[in-house]
Amino acid sequence: MNHLPQAWGRPRDDVYGPYDASYLQSSHGPNQHTQSPIVTGTSVIALKFKDGVVIAADNLASYGSLARFTDVKRLRKFADSTVVGFGGDVSDMQYLDRLLISLDTEEAYSSSGHTLNAKNLHTYLAKVFYKRRSDFNPLWNQVLVAGLDGEKKPFLASADLLGTTFTSPSLATGFGAHLAQPLLRKVAPDEEAAAKLTREQAIEAVKESMKVLFYRDARSLDKYSIAVVTKDGIDLKEDEQLEKQSWAFAEGIRGYGTQVN
Amino acid sequence: MAAMFSQNPLMNGPNYSFNQGPSTASAGNKEHSFYPYTDNGGSTLAISGSDFTIIAGDTRSTSGYNINTRYSPKVFKIGGTTASQDDATLVLSVVGFAADGEALKERLDAIVKMYRYQHGKPMSVKACAQRLSTILYGKRFFPYYVTAILGGLDEEGKGAVYSYDPVGSYEREQCRAAGAAASLIMPFLDNQVNYKNQYIPDSGVGHELKERERIPLGRNEVEDLVKDAFDSAVERHIEVGDGLQMLIITKNGIEEIYKPLKKD
Amino acid sequence: MFRNNYDNDSVTFSPQGRIFQVEYASEAVKQGSVVVGIVSKTHAVLVALKRNAEELSSYQKKVFAIDEHLGLSIAGLASDARVLSNFMKQQSLSSRLTYGRAIPLERLVSAIGDRAQTNTQHYGKRPYGVGLLVAGVDETGPHLFEFQPSGMTQEMVACAIGARSQMARTYLERNLDEFAACGKEDLIKHGLRALKESLAQDKELTVENCSVGVVGLGKEEILEPFKLFDGQDVRQWVDLVADGTEGEGGEGGETMEVDT
Repeated sequence: MNHLPQAWGRPRDDVYGPYDASYLQSSHGPNQHTQSPIVTGTSVIALKFKDGVVIAADNLASYGSLARFTDVKRLRKFADSTVVGFGGDVSDMQYLDRLLISLDTEEAYSSSGHTLNAKNLHTYLAKVFYKRRSDFNPLWNQVLVAGLDGEKKPFLASADLLGTTFTSPSLATGFGAHLAQPLLRKVAPDEEAAAKLTREQAIEAVKESMKVLFYRDARSLDKYSIAVVTKDGIDLKEDEQLEKQSWAFAEGIRGYGTQVN
Repeated sequence: MAAMFSQNPLMNGPNYSFNQGPSTASAGNKEHSFYPYTDNGGSTLAISGSDFTIIAGDTRSTSGYNINTRYSPKVFKIGGTTASQDDATLVLSVVGFAADGEALKERLDAIVKMYRYQHGKPMSVKACAQRLSTILYGKRFFPYYVTAILGGLDEEGKGAVYSYDPVGSYEREQCRAAGAAASLIMPFLDNQVNYKNQYIPDSGVGHELKERERIPLGRNEVEDLVKDAFDSAVERHIEVGDGLQMLIITKNGIEEIYKPLKKD
Repeated sequence: MFRNNYDNDSVTFSPQGRIFQVEYASEAVKQGSVVVGIVSKTHAVLVALKRNAEELSSYQKKVFAIDEHLGLSIAGLASDARVLSNFMKQQSLSSRLTYGRAIPLERLVSAIGDRAQTNTQHYGKRPYGVGLLVAGVDETGPHLFEFQPSGMTQEMVACAIGARSQMARTYLERNLDEFAACGKEDLIKHGLRALKESLAQDKELTVENCSVGVVGLGKEEILEPFKLFDGQDVRQWVDLVADGTEGEGGEGGETMEVDT
């Protein structure tokens, strides 16, 4: 007996050996939900600036290591005031997209002048994720929600398959959390710094990060979408091409592959 | 399976959340399966005084070696009548799996708000403490993976701290540290708040030694203790840092203090 | 004996196209003491006359705070009102939980409207015997809604329901043009004057029998949360509208008619 809830009430592994799951009949076993994502999108990155948020994601959907779909738009508009960027499973993304469209339709129907802002939408999405993880039937995504909050200030937050949420002046999912986030944090270490950034500076930093991701993330593409959300609306471009890359540095790399020195 | 809340490195290896991988089904082929928990790191700390309670937590949120954000509060006012919680009288801190923590906070808040609406007065800490235990135990077989601490002032106006385990066992205490750096902070508190292992010099030998007399700590002293505790924890634990949020409950309401911590 | 054959339940129309049970429920509203609501561009107020059943009893509660941005006042069966008020509290908490948003007033009012309507269409059910005035502020500014047992809801600029409320409505109609520009204080004064109009001849407004609820937008559109004033807290306004000082609504002495 110990104090770890996950071990309570179970035969002790050190006495009886680990549980042998081969006794479970795979054909008539218990109901199974999603255990892993299938077709996936890689990083989404986003950065706040003084009057809005820039968000970007490439247009690739991978099937394992296969670059399966090369024209998948992973930034979705909501109510012409919010952009949601999806990382993770693409079918779950499409399900969520349908969910958000119906939510938007309901909102637009019911009453005059009310819309859900980015903050409201993020709260809602987090609840959906948390509900599904609690049912052991997760939606396998990490999403970034970019837009404005109730006080018309820039808003950026993340929600993932477990229902975990957080906000920050810059955010990045997946590989971007390792490669892009440090670059974005250099530009905007805190809220005060982000509130001084211009639109151009923010776009520049995000594009630069997309370039780094394409260099180093094997599951990425040089075709990407980028959106700028401000109180004037959304400027979404879905067919951007990464430019001015140089692979010359590859010549100097030693230590991989077959070369000896 | 490595333990999320065990602090013994010899038993578990380094206590980083990504060590808690999904379990394997059987020897041979490894099966990936959905694991509904994660550890978002961080630490919390609560100390009760004669007429106040301080609850504090760092504001870092982590996933493995990544910092999610430098500002994600773990300490919340509970049961005020407005969204700003200005007239709240209770404070809850949660550390462990942040999504469960958030869900727990919102559930408790809704319950205490309904209590206030129906009874026309705020809930007492004692009642809220019991209720929180019931909520946690209600999910005994799919627990909220959090260590909660509830703070407020009791019926006599004295500081009250209640600490919990994930399935609802609870106890009223003088002070309690929880979360990633609990094992670093708690012994420090034992020594500095309850004067454990402090003896009056030359008061005797062996069992004759007289313990140093315990006196209630003042608010400024406690604030300094909290800051010192966290500064030390930041130094030795990678999941703790960025900012320190302190909520101080007195009869005049709840005061909030934010202090920066090291961001490395 | 029954007055007619068409009032035994709330699902049967009379040949004239009336549903008597619903009309009787509306009568219950008129048994309740009067409540007045007014909105301006910045504020919404509820003013209510409280009754005590007997000398020794306390005064019936008339105004309820539901959430930080809205409150309601009731005329009719208080116990039915509590059911609706609890439901509204639940709905507004759930909106805050799922969206982090204060529930839009229209949405909440139509929710209780729908609930009340189902009571008029299911055998064995009874309509709510209470009328409500719901006052609050949301993204689109201050609002006042009226709710009737039939399930009817409508947005109002000013409204009075309950016993002898016709007198108050007459006052409100006469002063309609002034309301939009009123601040909080003026709005409350108008509300109390309207309340005074519908008072029985031997009655007066006192700190014991008045309740005031206010919600609105302060400087820079900052929400002033719904606040309920009772007892000594309403003295400031009750004294202001006390006898003599006012020129308005002079013909208070004429016949005190019963509501139609």
